[in-house]
Amino acid sequence: MTALLEVEDLRIAYGKIEAVKGISFKVEAGEVVTLIGTNGAGKTTTLRTISGLLKPVGGQIKFNGRSLRKVPAHQIVSLGLAHSPEGRHIFPRMTIEDNLLLGAFLRNDREGIAKDVQRAYDLFPILGERRRQAAGTLSGGEQQMLAMGRALMSQPKLLMLDEPSMGLSPIMMQKIMATIAELKAQGTTILLVEQNAQAALSLADHGHVMEIGKVVLSGSGQDLLHDESVRKAYLGED
Amino acid sequence: MNELPQQLVNGLLLGSMYGLVAIGYTMVYGIVQLINFAHGEIFMTGGFGALSVWLILPGGTTMWVALPLMIIGAVLVATTVAIGAERFAYRPLRGGPRLAPLITAIGLSLALQQAVWAWYPEAKSARTFPQLSGGPFHIGNVTIQTGDVFLLIAAPVCMAVLAYFVNRTRTGRGMQATAQDPDTAKLMGVNTDRIIVIAFALGAVFAAVGAVAYGLKYGIVDYKMGFLLGLKAFTAAVLGGIGNIYGAMIGGLVLGTAETMATAYINHIPGMQQLGGQSWADVWAFVLLILVLLFRPQGLLGERVADRA
Repeated sequence: MTALLEVEDLRIAYGKIEAVKGISFKVEAGEVVTLIGTNGAGKTTTLRTISGLLKPVGGQIKFNGRSLRKVPAHQIVSLGLAHSPEGRHIFPRMTIEDNLLLGAFLRNDREGIAKDVQRAYDLFPILGERRRQAAGTLSGGEQQMLAMGRALMSQPKLLMLDEPSMGLSPIMMQKIMATIAELKAQGTTILLVEQNAQAALSLADHGHVMEIGKVVLSGSGQDLLHDESVRKAYLGED
Repeated sequence: MNELPQQLVNGLLLGSMYGLVAIGYTMVYGIVQLINFAHGEIFMTGGFGALSVWLILPGGTTMWVALPLMIIGAVLVATTVAIGAERFAYRPLRGGPRLAPLITAIGLSLALQQAVWAWYPEAKSARTFPQLSGGPFHIGNVTIQTGDVFLLIAAPVCMAVLAYFVNRTRTGRGMQATAQDPDTAKLMGVNTDRIIVIAFALGAVFAAVGAVAYGLKYGIVDYKMGFLLGLKAFTAAVLGGIGNIYGAMIGGLVLGTAETMATAYINHIPGMQQLGGQSWADVWAFVLLILVLLFRPQGLLGERVADRA
């Protein structure tokens, strides 16, 4: 059986500068896979390329056995690939409810959409309480909840989360991580990019450590969590 | 001062015509941050589209039959020109330096004027536009000219349709999303290239309705009509807060009213007797623009720049 997402020897450049220098990894259905690494390692660039916002200079991305090479960005979500971008990028001047509805932009089943909006409110009650409020008025953590809820609205086969804990208070970070654990328990397949390696690896089935455009180490979440070099470099231990 | 209600109505009618054209500036700016300076000429081609339909119709056709067809003709011509401009003049420059599309817009504007001047039959001077019959109408001591009745109905209808479209339809929501964050809109499945075309087309539809209103109001269309009106409408868009569609209409109404009031009353102020009259109307409109740019550059309903980030 082929994996849900297969990335093979992916190369991405900004002009002449190669940001991602031939990385390969897989995400199997039902798994949580994490890419960890410092700023500038190419994690966000990789996700933006999978989503079609950037064009690779080489390599293959296959989703559900299908090459994404010729698929424009706005058609990616309809294949079952949702992306909650770094920095949240909610639509600030639209209501929370309209933000969620945009997550279901290409769906036509009114009842199913209404049900999923309700599901997002069940998952994040604060969003339900403020559904008519402009999304820009939410706190950072609430915006992150909205970004995740919005990504789920497309009923994705694979959910890509880019730095969901970035800039959040420790309590809010815990909440977000608990939600990701809950989504995992419900069987959602997740590709998680994080700088918070500890939290990401504890959740993940597989992890890949990226450094300046390359995968330098791969393994199960638990193995990486206990790997000495990872502990030194990313978990702040000597 | 008992002519005040009349002046107010005149100002609001003029302003709603500015507002109709201003929507096109503001929508395109909101989506692609481009001032489409050829929009005034798109408006003008709409006027000639309507006139062409009238000329094709058999003589003796009543305006009740002709007007709807003329509106359709205006809309078809203006949207074709707008979509063509987007596709062939602006799209190839997208992602390039900001100045390039601006200069292209000015060039396109001249080209459209000259094309009509050179090729439209007898368009080297103004051409007579057919008029509605009946009227004028009196409400109390306010008179509404027959030609203005169209504006009185069309402007609110257009605004209502636009508000419904932007807030209640899926495409409208996609349009708002594209204006606020184009990359993320793509992640949601919004075809942003298509949204840009729709913004140009929709702006042209309202400009075309505005052009029919212009023809009915002034009784002529002319290859230069888009220049000054385009500048006024652009002023209205800036006045209301560029990028904000309600701002465009409100900016239009404020501009039309201010211009009309200043024209009618400023010469009553001692020492300013020689500044009154129609010849000063444009001056007051642009004085207002300068004041807004100085004291409230984001416009009346302008968004705080902070949440653009």
